[in-house]
Amino acid sequence: MIDIEKEAARIAEKGECAPRLARDPVNLPMINNWLEAIGDQHPGYTKVAPPAMVQVWTMAGLHGQRTLDDPLGAMMKILDEAGFTSVVATNSDQTYHRYLKVGEHLSVTTSLEDVTGPKKTGLGEGWFVTTRSTWWVGDEPVAEMRFRVLKFRPAEKAAPTPEPQATQVIRPSVNRDTQYFWDGCQQGELRIQRCGGCGLLRHPPGPMCPECGATKPKYLVSDGHGVVYSYVVHHHPQVPGKQTPFVIALIELDEGVRMLGELDGEPSIGQRVEVVFTKVDDELTMPSWRPSADR
Amino acid sequence: MRTGDSLPEWHVEATPTFVISTALATRDFQDVHHDRDLAIQRGSKDIFINILTTTGLVQRYVTDWAGPEALVRQVNIRLGAPCYAYDTLKFFGQVIEKDDQDLTIEVVGRTDHGDHVTGIVKIEVPA
Repeated sequence: MIDIEKEAARIAEKGECAPRLARDPVNLPMINNWLEAIGDQHPGYTKVAPPAMVQVWTMAGLHGQRTLDDPLGAMMKILDEAGFTSVVATNSDQTYHRYLKVGEHLSVTTSLEDVTGPKKTGLGEGWFVTTRSTWWVGDEPVAEMRFRVLKFRPAEKAAPTPEPQATQVIRPSVNRDTQYFWDGCQQGELRIQRCGGCGLLRHPPGPMCPECGATKPKYLVSDGHGVVYSYVVHHHPQVPGKQTPFVIALIELDEGVRMLGELDGEPSIGQRVEVVFTKVDDELTMPSWRPSADR
Repeated sequence: MRTGDSLPEWHVEATPTFVISTALATRDFQDVHHDRDLAIQRGSKDIFINILTTTGLVQRYVTDWAGPEALVRQVNIRLGAPCYAYDTLKFFGQVIEKDDQDLTIEVVGRTDHGDHVTGIVKIEVPA
């Protein structure tokens, strides 16, 4: 059993590796290849390189081999041996102290900053490995980068994501303040909390009236009509029990309060809507909204 | 240029040619960026854009908007969903901070699978 944290500490302790020299000095042909591929028509890169190219100059290349003291390489090897064989880059934070001139020859040094894990991720269980690199022209630091990769064990034959089923909806948490609302839905009533003291209507429900401070809420049964005050179309991520995309609308009820709910159909601001109740199971009925004929 | 200003939306068609030519132009020869068979074997849907290219695209998005006089000081990015061949990568951006000549721009690049990249770019503009 490999003690990953101990190995990481051992590598981190060594600090920066020896400077590794770029294959070529900063040069126009490579700059032009990069501009052409990225599609960048910036006219300023005739004597200096695009800052975002900094890492390109010191890439290991087609047959590149990591040097023995390269901390990222050493850490990758340990994680490979521990079964975390796949890698994906997750963060790159680059700071450019100045623009690099054609003809300057860069070198790079790297140290291991941090190794954290094991973490469960969408790709599988893995470790986040963070390194810090500095690029140099002679003994002048010209750019820096914090770079993080996820080194992970690929999930065993990624099971196809099961289609969310209608019974798996996220259930509301029903409590003493909200019980009356959900009871109402089961009976086909859309209930709005009304203060037992001053009569103020409010939604979402709460224990105390924000206006008069009374703690004896009652309710009013809404007519179930209103207009779309605002809405979002939810595309991502998947939500249990829902097919994306779906619409969540903020409905301004004719009684004056606003209420969130799913809206069936093409949304538009100001559209008239009416409530519909959908029975999920014996304990739960959900209110949602659909366009109404009345204007 | 003021805090709150939005950058115009920009779309990049990530054709296989684009994915491969940018990977090679950034000297990244990892097979998942140019060999579809191997990419699929490794559990990907297709070949996908490498991180050095994403950094380059984020820089280009900001300098296309800010103009060639702007100096790029920092590009910090976090990757989410991979940008596969045949995806359309849509960029959105907004100025979130302005201090004299120093601007911080927040950038998001999105595909149909979700956010491919979120990040900030710091630039210095002429007085």
